[in-house]
Amino acid sequence: MAAQYELLKELLNSGTKLSFEQDFFFKFYQAFLLKDRWMQYISGVGTTLLVTALALALGVVLGSVVALVRVTHDQQRPGHKNAVLGFFNAVCQVYTTIIRGTPMMVQLLIMSMVIFANSRNFTMVGALTLGINSGAYVSEIIRGGLMAVDPGQMEAGRSLGLNYMTTMVVIIIPQAIRAVLPALGNEFIILLKDTSLITTIGGKELLYAAQGIMNRTYDAMFPLLGVALIYLILVMLFTWLLSKFERRLAQSDR
Amino acid sequence: MKKISRRSFMAAAAVSVAALALTACGGSASSAASSVASSAASSEAVSSAAAAELTTVEAGKLTMATNATFPPYEMTTDSGEIEGIDVDTAKAIAEKLGLELQIDDMEFDAALLSVQQGKADIVMAGVTVTDERKAVMDFSDSYATGIQSIIVPNDSDIASPDDLAGKKIGTQRGTTGYIYCSDDFGEDSVVAYDSGLTAVQALNNGQVDAVVIDNAPATEYVAANPGLKVLDTSYAEEDYAIGMAKGSALEDAVNKALEELKADGTLQAIVDKYINAN
Repeated sequence: MAAQYELLKELLNSGTKLSFEQDFFFKFYQAFLLKDRWMQYISGVGTTLLVTALALALGVVLGSVVALVRVTHDQQRPGHKNAVLGFFNAVCQVYTTIIRGTPMMVQLLIMSMVIFANSRNFTMVGALTLGINSGAYVSEIIRGGLMAVDPGQMEAGRSLGLNYMTTMVVIIIPQAIRAVLPALGNEFIILLKDTSLITTIGGKELLYAAQGIMNRTYDAMFPLLGVALIYLILVMLFTWLLSKFERRLAQSDR
Repeated sequence: MKKISRRSFMAAAAVSVAALALTACGGSASSAASSVASSAASSEAVSSAAAAELTTVEAGKLTMATNATFPPYEMTTDSGEIEGIDVDTAKAIAEKLGLELQIDDMEFDAALLSVQQGKADIVMAGVTVTDERKAVMDFSDSYATGIQSIIVPNDSDIASPDDLAGKKIGTQRGTTGYIYCSDDFGEDSVVAYDSGLTAVQALNNGQVDAVVIDNAPATEYVAANPGLKVLDTSYAEEDYAIGMAKGSALEDAVNKALEELKADGTLQAIVDKYINAN
């Protein structure tokens, strides 16, 4: 294959027009095989998955905390508002408003160029930004799930003598998780694809690798189509895992 | 689609016969390949025969792709206009060709691709001529020379290109600075940014230790950012030229215009306006 590539390169340099198959082979070879370039895509996928996993973990933790604070605050009896809870509720509302109200790209640039202007770990800055961004959306999804559970469930738990926290953890949250799983899956998929944005702040993920190769070969088609295919496969894997998980949670259904 | 006059058709036929004869001499290529090649050659001959009327991407206009973050070759003014050495040169060339200049501003890597994809007639963005680029696009004669310079903070311990080893180097995506540095020092020690301005911003922040970029913009960036300096020793020397699609019909006309501009001193006047006047 390498010999074939060199031959075609010579033909091309001498001004010969390559046939469609030759051209296809030439561009494919230089986009993926020449100088072991496929390794660059692999390490890009590694970074992409790492960033997704970190951002996902951060997003779920942040989102759950925010959702719990807000639901607990909203479910207090009228006239019995807790001041501390009110303060945290306000903080959470400011957080979701700001994060949902500004574009992801702007957030990334601000984090990298203003807030963490001294950090050289662009990948981690990217993961942090994506996690904080995702948390705002996840919090609303989880809040929706918690509120969708019939209020009668809470009343039943409390009348059986369970306190608020126990009712929440043992009765409400397990039901809410099942309800929000499809929406959460949606958010995770968006998160995975949004990792491609960190290439603008110098994060060396999948798209960064493809652009590097594009800049050397001056061919956009193969690197970009290759990257699109890799993202598609990752998302399909993700979707499959989620559907497995959903089925596992549905086992208690008759 | 252009209507083919009888004379240009005859010319096309003659060229395609010549091309056929040439491909036949190639020998080693398979027969299927050579028939495809010759039909491609003949369609190309038609476009070069129509060169007398100058076929451009948009009729009556010379479309120029550029990346306006590269002072003084191209930069944006406060009113959003694009100006610079490349812009004025392109304007002068367009005038000679009897066309109107249309400027499309985009990322540098996209600008390089745009002529190959037929979205622009010429790319002028301080484009360096390299063998790899020659394989995919045609270049005019060189109109300027550039140097890859190294920008470092005043208190940096980097004093020569050799000191860059093991440091984090900021570059602009797709430039020769990026390609040379990642070849010499490895992909891990190089960070590619969308524009030279972002790379210099990262240098100001201390996120990279040095920025390798063409000398002319380097000087401008350093003038605008106190605390930075350009090293006296350069990283590489190179020629700037106008990029066009492979086999572009414009090449001869552009070269001729460029030669006239060099001869009558217009090109020098443009360079003086932006560089030496400061």
